[in-house]
Amino acid sequence: MAFIPHTDEDIRSMLRAIGAPSVEALFDEIPANLRAKELEKIPPALNEMSIGRLMQARAAQDGRLLNFIGAGAYEHHIPAAVWSIITRGEIYSAYTPYQAEASQGTLQTIYEFQTMIASLTGMDVSNASMYDGASALAEACLMAVRAHRTSKSMRILMPANVHPIYRSCVAAITESQHIKLETIAVERDSGRVDRQALQAHAGSDVTALVIAQPNFFGVLDDVDALVDWAHTQNIMVIAIVNPTSLSILKPPGRWGTKGADIVVGEGQPLGVPLASGGPYFGFMTTRQEYVRQMPGRIVGRTVDLDGKSGFALTLQAREQHIRRGKATSNICTNQGLLMSAATIYLSILGPEGLARVAKHSLAKANALRQRLATIGIKPVFNATHFHECLYRLPVPASKLIASMAQSGIAAGFDVASVAPEWSNTLLVATTETKTDEDLNQYVQVLAQSLKSMGV
Amino acid sequence: MSTNVIAMDSALNPAHGPAAAASSPEPLVFELSRSGRRADAQMPADIEVDLPAHLKRTDKPLLPEISELQAVRHYTRLSRLNFSIDTHFYPLGSCTMKYNPRGCNQYAMLPELLARHPYAPESHGQGLLACLYELQLMLEEVTGMQAVSLTPMAGAQGEFAGVAMIRAYHHARNDFDRDEILVPIAAHGTNPATASMCGMKVVEVPCTAEGDTDIEALKTLVGPRTAGIMLTNPSTVGAFERHIQEIEKIVHGVGGLLYYDGANLNAILGIVRPGDMGFDVIHMNLHKTFSTPHGGGGPGAGAVGVGERLVPFLPIPIVGVEDGRYRWLTEKDRPQSIGRLSAFMGNTGVLVRAYIYMRMVGREGMAHIGQMATLNANYLLKRLEQIGYHPAYPTRRATHEFALTLKSEARDLNVNAMDVAKRLLDFGFHAPTTYFPLMIPECLLIEPTETESKETLDAFIDAMGKILAEARADSATLKGAPYTMPVRRLDDVRAAKQLDITYRA
Repeated sequence: MAFIPHTDEDIRSMLRAIGAPSVEALFDEIPANLRAKELEKIPPALNEMSIGRLMQARAAQDGRLLNFIGAGAYEHHIPAAVWSIITRGEIYSAYTPYQAEASQGTLQTIYEFQTMIASLTGMDVSNASMYDGASALAEACLMAVRAHRTSKSMRILMPANVHPIYRSCVAAITESQHIKLETIAVERDSGRVDRQALQAHAGSDVTALVIAQPNFFGVLDDVDALVDWAHTQNIMVIAIVNPTSLSILKPPGRWGTKGADIVVGEGQPLGVPLASGGPYFGFMTTRQEYVRQMPGRIVGRTVDLDGKSGFALTLQAREQHIRRGKATSNICTNQGLLMSAATIYLSILGPEGLARVAKHSLAKANALRQRLATIGIKPVFNATHFHECLYRLPVPASKLIASMAQSGIAAGFDVASVAPEWSNTLLVATTETKTDEDLNQYVQVLAQSLKSMGV
Repeated sequence: MSTNVIAMDSALNPAHGPAAAASSPEPLVFELSRSGRRADAQMPADIEVDLPAHLKRTDKPLLPEISELQAVRHYTRLSRLNFSIDTHFYPLGSCTMKYNPRGCNQYAMLPELLARHPYAPESHGQGLLACLYELQLMLEEVTGMQAVSLTPMAGAQGEFAGVAMIRAYHHARNDFDRDEILVPIAAHGTNPATASMCGMKVVEVPCTAEGDTDIEALKTLVGPRTAGIMLTNPSTVGAFERHIQEIEKIVHGVGGLLYYDGANLNAILGIVRPGDMGFDVIHMNLHKTFSTPHGGGGPGAGAVGVGERLVPFLPIPIVGVEDGRYRWLTEKDRPQSIGRLSAFMGNTGVLVRAYIYMRMVGREGMAHIGQMATLNANYLLKRLEQIGYHPAYPTRRATHEFALTLKSEARDLNVNAMDVAKRLLDFGFHAPTTYFPLMIPECLLIEPTETESKETLDAFIDAMGKILAEARADSATLKGAPYTMPVRRLDDVRAAKQLDITYRA
């Protein structure tokens, strides 16, 4: 049997030691009428060679499109060293580092991660990762409610330029805890938060304002003004950011006079492959004063019995295995392996490498915008963008996407599929992975596709 | 602690990585950094981009400036400070640390699978979707449930989905008064934490001296406010819940639903199915039962399965099939769904690994897992009892795991469960789960899994015997353990009080 080492003689001698007549006898406490029949719908076993053939055939069937989709997951070059280290058994097959003495490698990596991500976001402290960006935002909303000392309303202002699926995910996770999510309109011409819509909430009890930078449409907002407005209204600020962008964009810790209070985001751009949606990891950083309201694992540096420096999980009194029903969250497993990949990625790229990746991604977006303009495809918003841009189309995006896929290109994300008010628009992302030839091919195929549709 | 004992320890297990690394702890990556050093092969050429001044970053983030070789060496060295399944036995109760087959990893990391964007057209994802669809079917079959959603990203998210579905079910029937979730006193901490996250009140159910749920107590605790009960079977004490059919009648009888915590599913794989026991909803830990790697603390995957009543409420997206083509079912197909728990489709790469594992184990292999996991646990239990350890439930069979109590050792020898656990590290074994379940004094919860050989179990028994002898000779030997790891016992109080969680240059 696959992955079971027992010989017949092992089984006989173990049963003798136990004093049981058969393996079957070990199940004598289970009521007979509950015993399972044969699992007919599970196919017979395949050996590694056969499953290898099957998987290769299925992967080949899916092929590989030239990818221009972003919408929260971005294709960046990943140095070969990252995954060759990550798949070492000592990292890949290790357990959660509860036994600190036997887990110093994992624990030190987390401590290094916490340092890098706190610095990148301009905040004091970080946890050891969350499941993904969307669930991290949900946890940030719950955390803001715990951390805000005077607000009782549990109202969170959620601009319509936050990823629509993040917004529905936050609703699903926080719904039963009576959090009230209130949508804030977006300026139709700029894609930025509508300041008048925001101003309507001045003077009322609001717990937190969510600010996405870049926002779902790739647009950069005047975050200094938004943060200062929120703080004068006694509203906490939750920032959602792209970690790559923070190598060149002002980090949330320095937005406005006081900076954001909680920062979250999707960590995938930092060395994690697209892989059809996961596993990725979310990150969360905050001010020192809120550290005990954070969900998730946190690693601290301390000393051992001999006074030698070492690392251990700390502030565990917040967590479910100690506090049970009163824990800050039910989260236990986080995304350790992906966090480790990000730590290695950031170590290899360094501040300079990450900034170059960000600059090239932004420059490619500008170049694509110029080329698309030559065939009459224009951005929806007149604003400064990072590496993603929403374009106005003469046809429904779903039709164009299907057509361009036939020519080997993943054209972008159909925003109307999750937010119908954005019909006939396409969200297109570029990163450093796209060459000039790729951009030319994109524009050419897009033009041909429109032509074939009679546009 | 004499140097003699240390020398003896090293002689006992010279081959274990952490011992070798003990004399050379690794500096922080930031301490290797030199301003201006770069890994040039990994970055595009420098360019200028236009950005308004008020949007720009003006300081340099604290990221290392090191060569590629320095990074490779640093993280490879750090990895060698870890225990892992590939290097060590983890007898870790309730966590099912079994071998993670390398083939599962290799074939989940095919270039096309890694490169595919989650929002790529379904026309270019039929191969992947076929794997996920078949995984849904196989998980339905092993659990005896009607439908499965793969989207929860960890066991705790699967639990959340389960309780949220129970809540949605009652609300859909205009029954808004059910706000109590029954949880056995021995349950994992995530159970009550999840119930709280779902806005429920937790009602604890006691258990009997033999480790079963206290049926008489349960009868007094259920009522019109009961939303459901969260059970693990086999329970967290490693015993099969013998009265499960009676519990099912009691809870269903008052209109509540039964939730199955899949942490211990390995014990009953192919032997008993939660659906046949009357459970309405189950979460599975694919990183336990279906052997995807723990990754030093994630990623997991917490697929949920449901009976007929809860099908409309499953979290989305779910893979469906129409006219031979696979597609994601979303809000439009499942308007009553509890919604989305992640930005995309869950931890797809983990799901693919679980799929490959299940295909390699196959139909006959499933029951073999349950059988050999149970054989290994009962063998360990019997042998440890013979050498002087005390089972917490001496009249019960072990399932895939069992609990020892070191109450008498704590009283007579002044050594506790943590001391034994830490000393095991010196013998090259990861510690069992300690102090869980909380109601068993000085508890060690031990789960060998089916992938460990008799020789490994015998070596573990031998080490446990030596540790007991050391405890009887001089408790100080255990109190000071471990001696051969990169660090000795750490000051947890200092870690929490003098909080140092980010490096400052």
